[in-house]
Amino acid sequence: MTERPCTRTGVTPVPDDLRYVGKPVARDDGLDKVTGAARYTHDLALPGMLHVALVTSPHASANIAGIDTARAAARPGVHAVLTGDGLPYRPGLYLQDKRILAREVVRYQGEPVVAVAADTLDAARDACKLIAVEYEPLDPVLDPRDALRAGASLVHPDLHTYEHMEGVFFPQPHTNIAHHQKIRKGDFDAAFDAADVTLIGDYDNPPVQHVPMETHAVIVQTLPGDRAEIWTSSQSPYTVRHLLSVCFGVPHANLRVRVPYVGGGFGGKAGLHLEPLGYVISKATGGRPVKLVATREQEFNTLPSRQALHSTVEIGTDRNGTIVALKATYIWDAGAYADYGVNIGRAAAYAGAGPYVVPNCWIDSYVVYTNKVFGTAYRGFGHLEVLWGIERAIDRMARKLGMDPVEFRRINLLREGETTITGEPFTAGHGSPVACLDAAAKAVDWGTPPEQPTEPHKVRGKGIAMLHKAPAMPTYTSCAAVIKLDEDGAADVLISGVDYGQGTYTVLRQIAAEELKLEIDRVHVTWECDTAFSPYDWQTVASRFAYMGGNAVIKAAADCLHQIREVASRALGIPREEIACEDGSAFAKAEPNRRIPYAQLALGYTFENGNSIGGPIIGHGRTIATGLTHLDPETGQGLPAQYWTYGAHAVEIEVDTQTGEMEILDIATAIDAGKVLNPKLCVGQVVGGVVQGLGSALWEEFRFDQHGRLLNPAFVDYKIPTAKDIPRNMQQILLEFPQPDGPYGARGIAEHPMISVPGAIGNALFDALGIEFDTLPLNAERILLAVRERSGGG
Amino acid sequence: MNHEIALSVNGRAEQVTVPASMTLLELLRERLHLTGTKEACGIGECGACTVLLDGKPVTSCLVLAVEADGHEVRTIEGEATDGGLSALQQAFIDAGAVQCGFCTPGMILSARALLERTPNPSDEQIVEAIAGNLCRCTGYESILRAIRLAADRHGREAGEERRLPEKDDRAAVHSNGGDAGAG
Repeated sequence: MTERPCTRTGVTPVPDDLRYVGKPVARDDGLDKVTGAARYTHDLALPGMLHVALVTSPHASANIAGIDTARAAARPGVHAVLTGDGLPYRPGLYLQDKRILAREVVRYQGEPVVAVAADTLDAARDACKLIAVEYEPLDPVLDPRDALRAGASLVHPDLHTYEHMEGVFFPQPHTNIAHHQKIRKGDFDAAFDAADVTLIGDYDNPPVQHVPMETHAVIVQTLPGDRAEIWTSSQSPYTVRHLLSVCFGVPHANLRVRVPYVGGGFGGKAGLHLEPLGYVISKATGGRPVKLVATREQEFNTLPSRQALHSTVEIGTDRNGTIVALKATYIWDAGAYADYGVNIGRAAAYAGAGPYVVPNCWIDSYVVYTNKVFGTAYRGFGHLEVLWGIERAIDRMARKLGMDPVEFRRINLLREGETTITGEPFTAGHGSPVACLDAAAKAVDWGTPPEQPTEPHKVRGKGIAMLHKAPAMPTYTSCAAVIKLDEDGAADVLISGVDYGQGTYTVLRQIAAEELKLEIDRVHVTWECDTAFSPYDWQTVASRFAYMGGNAVIKAAADCLHQIREVASRALGIPREEIACEDGSAFAKAEPNRRIPYAQLALGYTFENGNSIGGPIIGHGRTIATGLTHLDPETGQGLPAQYWTYGAHAVEIEVDTQTGEMEILDIATAIDAGKVLNPKLCVGQVVGGVVQGLGSALWEEFRFDQHGRLLNPAFVDYKIPTAKDIPRNMQQILLEFPQPDGPYGARGIAEHPMISVPGAIGNALFDALGIEFDTLPLNAERILLAVRERSGGG
Repeated sequence: MNHEIALSVNGRAEQVTVPASMTLLELLRERLHLTGTKEACGIGECGACTVLLDGKPVTSCLVLAVEADGHEVRTIEGEATDGGLSALQQAFIDAGAVQCGFCTPGMILSARALLERTPNPSDEQIVEAIAGNLCRCTGYESILRAIRLAADRHGREAGEERRLPEKDDRAAVHSNGGDAGAG
């Protein structure tokens, strides 16, 4: 009765002999979370723990002329006051451009300048008020297009000296360009000149915030012997450990990173954030544990956001509607730092023509520094942004051709025998974009005009948009899992991907139970990742954890079964091949009554005379990205994607032309999951992603004043969807065209539901109003002004 | 200036000395170590710190500890009784209404306040009851369904005739997409 209906369909029938995989198993962590027992970094305290408060920059760009910390340092209860002067570090992942605390200059309003550790948070905040920072304000660079002009002020004059991942990212010395990604396929100019129909347009996305309900939080205690313990609200325990190790020059083994329950991430907690600051402050206090929790305001304007994007898209087709050429220029507003932003500019470029066959393609993706809060990964990682422009452009082109938007997409979608814009062959194993398109269209009765409301000032429209994304990850991304059997024959799975709400641990538990032939109640995934005990995982991003973690767990379970069979074979005195496992026991295939429960094998088997064999059973499995290549620096050709996930949204909306308000009547989302490992959790990801996408589509945007100060760093002025804002109806259609190398044929789906929600709604707005919208968000103000402008009302 | 206050928290008498500026949220989390109540904005805009004060939902970051003097407070730690989950807690699990879980305690307490004053709420009343509780993960639909489920289960236990919680119209729409695999 409580099951959420969802349609599942695919080329192969779903096998029904699975006991747990594909079933709506309730999530593992539900009990802790509904009782308040779940402990987040926010909730932890250590003996002697100090609290940290920050002084942040009020200016978007300024020289720091001096900092007077004497009064703060002298205040009772204060243990350390730290400025950037004593901190020669620039930790980072892809492009090491950011100090732990600002040094000499500040580059965005909200940048941390001074940190204070005190007995209580109140004492630390009071001490911050006693700190005098003398600034010499400079003219900020606020528009990335201005930042690209010759003679523009340089946000990072020393860019040419920064360490970065060589051969992958290409910072342009003495410019504001942190990375320039090129994609070149065929001959765009010749094909565009020869095209029968062409279209050029500009599209804009504002910066937005992830808004995890738990803000960034970290506790660090440095210990004697260059050691440290770190508890952090992070998606990336091993990446945090590695980057701290590199930054501070201490061995990895000296650093222990633990990730308790995490209150949402959405990409904003990937990589490194407050951990280095916690480390240096703890050291400055002589090794006291220090806790640093971002305020909600700091979450908006000190921690990173999603980059703004300005797109220009040019498309040429023949008269039959076949795309012959596509050119896109993507100008990313990276903000003050681009350590992660460079990878978004890269990934969005190789996905930057949408899931279409484009024989002649030219893309320039520029990641550009400005003096604004910086960007980082956010669910969908550049794809929501570029596909806003692409899917609007595709729709406009269809109408220019006089074609139905679904039909125009269908004839141009990637299909077997074609290649992507980086030259990757599209195969049956990629899944079926066209099935997603057709399923979404059918779900909203595409082709039947919406029934118009009786009120004359209300009008309805339908729209559709495609989406795609591959995990944006290094070519060497890897993941390991360990399974150990308990005394009673139950199994514990250890893994270092983080389940910050997606439900991956529950899915891994289903896979482990299925593979180990063990009741699911006797399989546990250990919550709280700990680099001291859990095996390596790169980081939990890019919708790759169920895929890589699932494969690692399958192999770890196989290793356990191998060991179980080996001991059982000796115990039963028959060859290993003649041993099978089911229901938590090993048995002789020929004589099923001769069986030994795992409990008698888990620590070793003991014969009647006391002789013992075997030993504790611990299996391990590992997986690594296979066949990925760096992209050619000049052409972008290569293999960047472990797998692609395709989908489509179709919507029906109603617009009130008197107020500009819009209601989403229906949104149908079709995603090719390869295999639905858990329909309940999968639907949860789709619904949650769609509503988050609605936030980007309809309401969310940072607003800055002319000095580059963020005007809306709070929920009153920055609206995220509430329970009152959800669509009247949401449909989830999960397709199952298997991923050949995915666990049970699955591919990642967690980010994807958010992508292209704006495009589908923008296209529906055109259907309803006949007005082309090119700038997000599609809020009531923007819609009403456009309606009035069209009717000449100003 | 400090004040000595006495209050009931989850049915347990507490006597504490608190500074005048201390919030009820700080009292619960830092003094009484009831960390199930979450802080996600600190200025009354998100609902994560919702607790019941004499049965009414309040954002505990906006209530001073001294204001709770002589009153009854209920937090998420008081929701399960006799070692078992409440109907609401069970419904949140069954309906898949939990993801990261950070908003969950506040959501459950807002729902608890609703069901105590309106055991058989309309869909609009359910939406209204949690309109001040932000969730970034679930898209709310599963939470609304969980509250409906808890209300209906409670109704069935009380022997009342109730309508089913599931949205049958949706199932019909879903089956329409079922043959899309032809491509």
